[in-house]
Order: sequence, then structure tokens, then C-alpha cells
Amino acid sequence: MKIRKLFSLIAFVLALALVFSACGGAQTPAQTDPPQTQAQDTPTETEAPPAEAEPVTITYCNFNSSGGNEETLAKMVAAFEAEYPNIKIEVETIGYDDYFTQMQTRVAGGTAPDCYELNIENFAAYANKGLLAEITGVDVSGLNDTALNAFNVDGKQYGLPESFSNVVLIYNKDLFDQAGVDYPTDDWTQADLQNAAEKIRALGDDIYGIWQPITYNEFFKVVAQYGGALLNEDKTAFTINSPENLEAAQTLIDRVLVSNVQPNAVQQGGMGDWDMFMSGRLGMIPTGIWAFQTFTDGCDFAWDIAVEPGSTQKATHFFSNCVVMNPETEHPQEVATWLAWLASSTASADIRLEAGWDLPALKDLDALSSYLEITPPDNREAVFESLNYLVLPPVIEDYALMSDIITQKLAAAADGTITAQEALDQAQAECEAQIDLG
Amino acid sequence: MKKATKDNLKRQGAGLLTASPFLLPSLAGMVIFSLLPLLISGMISLTDWNGLDKLTDPDFFQKHFIGLDNFRAILTSKEFWNALGNTAEYIVLYIPSMLAASLLVAYLLSRPRRGIGFFRVIYYIPVLTSWVAASLIWKSVLAPQYGALNGILGFFGIEGPGWLLDEHWAMPAIVLVSVWKDAGFFGLILLSGIVGINKTYYEAASIDGAGGWTKFLKITLPLLTPSIFYVLIVGMINSFQLFPQIMIMTGGGPNGATQVMVERIYNYGFRYYRMGYAAAFSWILFAIIMVFTAIQMKGQERWVHYDD
Repeated sequence: MKIRKLFSLIAFVLALALVFSACGGAQTPAQTDPPQTQAQDTPTETEAPPAEAEPVTITYCNFNSSGGNEETLAKMVAAFEAEYPNIKIEVETIGYDDYFTQMQTRVAGGTAPDCYELNIENFAAYANKGLLAEITGVDVSGLNDTALNAFNVDGKQYGLPESFSNVVLIYNKDLFDQAGVDYPTDDWTQADLQNAAEKIRALGDDIYGIWQPITYNEFFKVVAQYGGALLNEDKTAFTINSPENLEAAQTLIDRVLVSNVQPNAVQQGGMGDWDMFMSGRLGMIPTGIWAFQTFTDGCDFAWDIAVEPGSTQKATHFFSNCVVMNPETEHPQEVATWLAWLASSTASADIRLEAGWDLPALKDLDALSSYLEITPPDNREAVFESLNYLVLPPVIEDYALMSDIITQKLAAAADGTITAQEALDQAQAECEAQIDLG
Repeated sequence: MKKATKDNLKRQGAGLLTASPFLLPSLAGMVIFSLLPLLISGMISLTDWNGLDKLTDPDFFQKHFIGLDNFRAILTSKEFWNALGNTAEYIVLYIPSMLAASLLVAYLLSRPRRGIGFFRVIYYIPVLTSWVAASLIWKSVLAPQYGALNGILGFFGIEGPGWLLDEHWAMPAIVLVSVWKDAGFFGLILLSGIVGINKTYYEAASIDGAGGWTKFLKITLPLLTPSIFYVLIVGMINSFQLFPQIMIMTGGGPNGATQVMVERIYNYGFRYYRMGYAAAFSWILFAIIMVFTAIQMKGQERWVHYDD
């Protein structure tokens, strides 16, 4: 008797669970009220409503506007809706820390939005797993080719670059003056950098020439400067311990362990890299252009920027977020229209620049002229000059795993536990064992 | 009397029916948020699911089923044994120091003195602090060159280690922070145990001429063993589930010295897109916790004294 009751109870609870989950899944984004007047005046017309009079609502998820630019995005949406009255955008903004776990759950649960934002690292995982739709039927010719290419898989455009950032060499002019070294120029090499760093290091016990993180993110770029790469051309094999890569790793590590122009972890003492620069104890720091505002506010000395020095060739960082389409959307054309507008229209670019958000990934740099007028840095052109030497991260499906393995091995080498050669050999072996490049 | 019991039973039967609607909310919560996920994670652990492909796909298991491969791969990986070793190091350092600290807190708080309420609050504050905030603060306290701790040590002429940046000191540093955080909570549990001890034992011992230390050793400690047992079990389970402090203070570094199981599970599930592997990993963790708890339950007969 009791047991039967218990079972019926469980059955009821399960039924309840089903109802709940069904509710979650049934929220079709396309439900919008038809224009009121029309519905009232001619109720018979509902059988065949004119397609353009029926506004379509699409859902858009993003992380990049969280923490300061929610209103900027709202402005863009308003401008878009004014231009395309038949499309309504429902924006959902999720903080970066939760964004990717949330998206993962939604995609797996079949409740992903019509379109959303991805960073370059996660893009590959999603694209290779067939979770993205090709974006077609819209004009994207205004977008930067390198950026577009980054989100093109096997000739199909699965994502549109919506913004970009890059990295330049930021330097403390006062320290250069004190050390009597010429300021960095755009054709500096790693050797020039080393020379300047040593002279600045000599200024004091607590003053260092440079700080450059010895991590995966920095490494894939520096190996490119030495003509190396982490993967072979067609991304079928790892080439982590190649001679070029070893030279790159050795250069970075020697700056900590041999010439000590870069502080080791203990010398750095838990202080953040930007804080070290702003405290006037660093000659140079290759870092993102998103540091400009912080450095403008936080530095009481003169600073400027240059294109990052190369070695056998130049190579600079490029970070981009893209917008992608859910293949299950009911309105692919409207979604593509919105995404293309968001990424490449002048209207959207103007709003973005005016708010001092990030840079639109446009081909035509004239649109960005207002950006160049802000100082410091005086040499702001270096931001665009750097675009000529972009390297893309070696995007593979198991990107996060590869980057963690390499970062871990480099860290061990940077604190002297293993040699640079051992670090790269071990990273190569572990990546080969754990990652199937297919 | 007999009749009354019968009536009670009858009423109980009817009562279950009446009670069900009231039980439903919490029961539904348990089924939806604990029982179902438990079953589903068990099934996922037998697949190569990446965490992104649709779970609702009717052919899901045909496509993804790989049997016990995940378990085999985990148990033969160096990483798993490294994480387990690090967890063991944590437990060996954490359990005794946590127990000592909690006992001290409980003992101090059990002495009648002015403003005791104030001190109880002080010791309990770390417990209420969020792990994220506490970890961030400790990270700067433990910073080798400019951190407060090494500053204080330097004052006494001791050159402090690199703490979180040093392979050998990172885990002890994590233990230190965890003890600071947990001593208040476990101390409170032990305190309630101490307060519950019958005063007459102490009076009798005083008459027999026992000193403070003897009384603590011969009366307080034995009669406190049920509370200590509880503290040990909970402390052990928490140790195996060690995560937020690691995530924020070291991220598993330096050089993998603080990699622990939950940190691996998180990374495999949500960063490396290997959800099946992560699910299997968490079932292994579950089994380990289960075994250790069972051993403790079995072992308690030898040393836990219940005062009745």
C-alpha cells in the first residue's frame, strides 16, 4: 500500500519534471504580437498575413557588453530596429565568467538563442562539432580579410568578426631617457629589445627591462616571430619542439633566468603586470590596446607604443570575437542581416567607437579616424600598423587543452625546474597523447 | 492505551496522503536536482559526450556509448594519480591542523569570560566569508615580496618562502587558508559538544584532585569523540572536494603541484569539452569518498565514546 503510494508519488514528480522541461523547451523566440491595428481591423486576414508586416523577433546572447557596455549595445539594437522595422532583437547579456558554461548547457539542451557571440578559442570547438550555421546572403566585404578568414572553416563563413583587439609594445619613455636608449621603432628586432632591456635593468635593483608572460598565448606569437609554429601547415601534427620554437622559448626564458631583465615570480612578488608598469618599474610591456585607458589614468610618466619587435619576421597578436548563427533558428535571413549589420555597418561602428568600446573589424580604416585622435599614446598608428603582421592563434578543436599543456610546461621552464628543451619535448608528447588532430 | 496507538497508526496512513502535497516541493526538488542528475551523470560517464551535442537526440547512446573506456583512461593516467597524491597531501596536512585549531577555538570559547559573544562572532566570520573573497585576500597576503605574511616573518628575521608560487609551499599555503576558514565552523560544532558534557564529571574529578590538563585529556576529549568523529567525516569529504581556493589562488599550479580532482573535473567538463570523461572522473571521486567514509564509520567503534 505504502509502496504503491510512493510509486505514484514518484511518477507524479517525474511527470512534473517533464512539464517543467517542456516549458523550458517550448519558449519559441518567434512569438511576437502581430500589429494591433491590423489584427483588429481585418481579423480575416490572419490566414495570409503579409510577410513584411509581421515583425520577427530573434534572440541574441553576448558577453562582451557586460560590465559597462550594455547601453552601447542597446543603442546599436535601437539603431538596427529603426533601419529594419520588421526585425526585433531580444538581447541577453551574460557575464564572461558564466557565459561559456551557460552556452554549453543551452546548446546541449536545445535552447540556444538564434545567434550569439563566441571568442576565437571557443569558436573552433563549436564550428568543428557542427553547431553553427553558415552565414550566407549578406554583404560582408567591408570586413577585414584576416579577421574574416579566422572564422572561415573549409570555405564556409561560420562566424563574422564583430570586434578586434591587438597587442603592441608599450614603453616607459622616462626610463628610456634615463638609460640613454633610443625609443623603440617599428622596425626593432628582439635583439634591439634585449639590448634596451639590459640597459634599463641596470638602472636599479627594482627596475626591470620588460615583462612578457611566458604562457601559451604569448608563445604562439613569439614562435611565429622566429619563423616557427605549433602545428604543421595543414594542422595534422604538432610541431611544438621544433628548433625555431626552441629558440623562441629560450629567448623568453633566458630573460628571466639568465639576463634577468624580466622579473621571476618571486621578484614580481604577486604584483600584476600592469601595476608593475604603472608603478614605473618596467621599461617595456607587450600588451593589449585595451590597456590604453588604464595606463592613461594610472601612469604619472610619459609612455608611448610601437609595433612589437620581431626576429626573422614580425608577428603580432590579434584577438577577435565573432557572432554566430544557430542552425536551428527559424529566421536565418533575419539573423544574418542583424549579424552583418552589427559587425560591418558604419552605423554600428560609429556607436562602438563613440562609446570607446572595442574596435570594429573593418577593412576601411578611415572609419576609425576618430580613434587615432586620442592621445596618449602619440604613435596610435602603431595599432593599425600592427595589423599588417597578424598571426592567428592555431585554432583546433581541443584548443583549451593544448593551451593549458603548453602553459604548464613553459611555466616549469621559466622557474628553472626543467630546461626549455625538456618543456617543449614534454608539451609535444603530452599534446600528441591527449589530442587527436583528426 | 492500545486503542490510541491503533488510532495513531490509522491516522498516520491517512496522514501520508494529506502530507504528500506538502512534501512534494522538497521531494520534487530532490528528484529534479539531485536524483535525476545523479542517474544521468552515471549514464554520461559511459559515453564520449562532448557536452555540446544534444542530449535529447534519440540515438544519443548508440552514437556515444563507449563502455568503461573513460574509467580505464582515467585510472591509467598520470594526471589522476598526481591529483590524488596532491589531495592526499592536503588531507594529511589539513585534517590534524584543522582539528587542532578547531579544538583550540572550541576550548577558548567554552571558558566563561566577558564579551564571549564578541569572540564567537570573530571566530565565525571567516566561515561566513565567501571563498572567492577570502581566496583573493589571502592571495595578496601570501604574495612573496609585498605580502603581509612574509612582511611579518621578515620582521622576525625569517625569510618567508614563495608560498603559492613555490611548488613545495603551495599546498601548505592552501591548507593554511583552509584551516583559517574552517576552524570557526568546526570549532562551533566542538564547542556545542563541550558545552553538552555533564558538569558533574568535572566536579568529581576536581574533588579527586585532577588538574586542568588531566581533566581535558581524561574527560573532555573522550566525551567529545562523537563531535570529533563528525568533524573528521565532514572535513574528509570537504578535502576530497577541494576546489574554490585552488581555482582562485593557484589554478592548479605551480607546475601541477596543487592540481586536485574537482579542478580536473571542471576543466574537462567545461573547458576541454570532454563531459563523458569528466562525469567518469566524478564517479571515481564519489567512490573514493564513499570508501573512506565507510572506513571511518567502521573504525569509529574503536575510539568514539557515546555518553549515555
